[in-house]
Amino acid sequence: MARILSMKDAINEALDLEMRRDPTVIIMGEDIAGGAGAQGEEDAWGGVLGVTKGLIGKYGAKRVMDTPLSESAYIGAAVGAAACGLRPVAELMFLDFMGVCFDQIFNQAAKFKYMFGGKAQTPVVIRGMVGGGFRAAAQHSQMLTPLFTHIPGLKVVCPSNAYDAKGLLIQSIRDNDPVIFCEHKNLYTHAVDVPAESYTIPFGEAAISREGKSATIVTYGLMVHRALEAAETLAKEKIDVEVIDLRTLSPIDIDTVVESVEKTGRLVAVDEANPRCSIASDVIASVMEHAFKAMKSAPRAVTAPHTPVPFSPTLEDLYIPSAAAIAEAVRGTMK
Amino acid sequence: MSDSQIKMIVMPKWGLSMSEGKVVKWLAKEGAKINVGDELLEVETEKIASAVEATDSGTLRRIVGEVDTVYPVKQLLAVIADDSVSDSEIDAFLASYVPPAVDEEGEAEKDAYEYIDLPIGTVRYAKYGDGGKTLLFIHGFGGDLDNWLFNVNTLAENHTVYAVDLPGHGRSVKSLTDASLAGLSKFVLEFMDALSIDSANLVGHSLGGAIAMKTAITAPKRVKTITLIGSAGLGNEINMGYIDGFIGSESRREIKPFLEELFFDRSLVGRQMIDDILKSKRLDNVTDVLRHLADTVFKGGHQAEKLGDAAAASGVPILAIHGTDDHIIPAAHTETLKGKASVHVMGDAGHMVQMEKSKETNKLISDHIH
Repeated sequence: MARILSMKDAINEALDLEMRRDPTVIIMGEDIAGGAGAQGEEDAWGGVLGVTKGLIGKYGAKRVMDTPLSESAYIGAAVGAAACGLRPVAELMFLDFMGVCFDQIFNQAAKFKYMFGGKAQTPVVIRGMVGGGFRAAAQHSQMLTPLFTHIPGLKVVCPSNAYDAKGLLIQSIRDNDPVIFCEHKNLYTHAVDVPAESYTIPFGEAAISREGKSATIVTYGLMVHRALEAAETLAKEKIDVEVIDLRTLSPIDIDTVVESVEKTGRLVAVDEANPRCSIASDVIASVMEHAFKAMKSAPRAVTAPHTPVPFSPTLEDLYIPSAAAIAEAVRGTMK
Repeated sequence: MSDSQIKMIVMPKWGLSMSEGKVVKWLAKEGAKINVGDELLEVETEKIASAVEATDSGTLRRIVGEVDTVYPVKQLLAVIADDSVSDSEIDAFLASYVPPAVDEEGEAEKDAYEYIDLPIGTVRYAKYGDGGKTLLFIHGFGGDLDNWLFNVNTLAENHTVYAVDLPGHGRSVKSLTDASLAGLSKFVLEFMDALSIDSANLVGHSLGGAIAMKTAITAPKRVKTITLIGSAGLGNEINMGYIDGFIGSESRREIKPFLEELFFDRSLVGRQMIDDILKSKRLDNVTDVLRHLADTVFKGGHQAEKLGDAAAASGVPILAIHGTDDHIIPAAHTETLKGKASVHVMGDAGHMVQMEKSKETNKLISDHIH
């Protein structure tokens, strides 16, 4: 009996299970209350796309807090609450909004353990939507994962499917460090088999989504699906591609990537983020450092261009790396 | 001349989760005379690689499954026919061949795992086949019902086959209050009660073998025969390095060398097998249950109970199968059963002898059961 759950429902289930298990887990954010069992003003949406629907009915307004439209205030409150013993999960709606509360995250939450000699813990999770393809324009469509990954003290997660999303979110909540949990909005309805029980997936373990011998594609999030699509096309051309889903960007499982490249000798790094200082450029740099001798051809990066995300649907579709572009890059490494 | 004289070799389905497989190489050539049981080709899935055996005899007339190519389950790979069938008839058959429709709904319905509520909690099992004799497969420590993927379908061709996930394993409930062999045997009897299985041929692997013996000793009327595969409960030693390593490993990299100890051919431990095991191990409470189980049945690093003599005395016929290269439980333990049971120790096989020597194992079980 497969239990097929969308990524949105899997995230809701992870929050539900952890709130049931641990009374110190609270959630907060803009419009996150509402759904089954809620009354009056609280009966809002359960988040802008309904991810937290029904939780206020189960856990009440003290643990499911609708916050004012002030990211700097409630993200700061979540970081403070974490330092004082709670395990807050703050929804930032679109992670593009992190700009207004970035001090609380990179200068405070990420530094506490370091500056207080390891005596302070900050078990906060900041989750929200990332990525394009949702016709939501330049301020609601970015893939800012490289920005978060750059900062020591933050852990950065970006799942590609519902199974991983549930296990990684539970791990994020139980983890004692601040975690930025990036949910690709175009994967919310993507559904796979998800166990009903609680489970965790450790940070820093990439998944091998497809095994292959000819070339390695390294990516994460929505791009995993584009890479798998490219791999199907390439299989018909007898190019047998391995696809690695990083799952967590900090810590990053570079060992699995290096092992794969040592086998295939070819690397294509795919990133929905902009190209400069991206996850793709980071992966390529690491592989060149650790497995240069294994390379049979120059590595390639497939990323969004160095521009904001366009609002025009036609341009937005061209902006996000396509399966065809990924396949072409792999063919390029085969020459 | 009818099509029924042309026999199809199709992509097999090993286990409930297999949807496609890759042709690695052909072990028989076109024109070769084929007998039932001959190995025709090697197929690799994400989980494991194994040979496909002929279920019909005749001449291997045409190979259509290309090497290094992935085919869905049930897809035609080759045809076997008598020499009396002409080449043009073979051509006509292949031309008119329609690949089976991908009926995911119906397929899922038919092959679905099933769940049942017992006093201990919800338990997952699978049922294959109908009629004939009744078999119940019990996996070992840390395993699940998919450990029998090369056995259940073959035996289900003529029999009714059940395979169950023990508590704390697979997708069954993650709690185990009584982790002793008596407690686990009680669980098996409760499972049989719930499914109205009056009596069955129990097939146990490793710890499952010890559970089968315990059940034969305490409830001989419920047990027609037992088959002990790489069985625990026959001697003192148990590879605690493996047991502790299996429990303690948290990542793919950590667990792989331990899983490789299970096999004679270590290359059988593939990515999918490791991922499936980690998926199960990462469920909340699994590690605690496994620790509790190991501390009970392998207390102090030794097997807590030796049941060979009592099992033989129960009068229930015993078949024991062991791999010479079993690194978990030594094959020498089967010597205690000599003269009291049918004992088969096979070369080129490790602890997972039911996978590595599936053909021989299936034949032995088939001849043994009542």
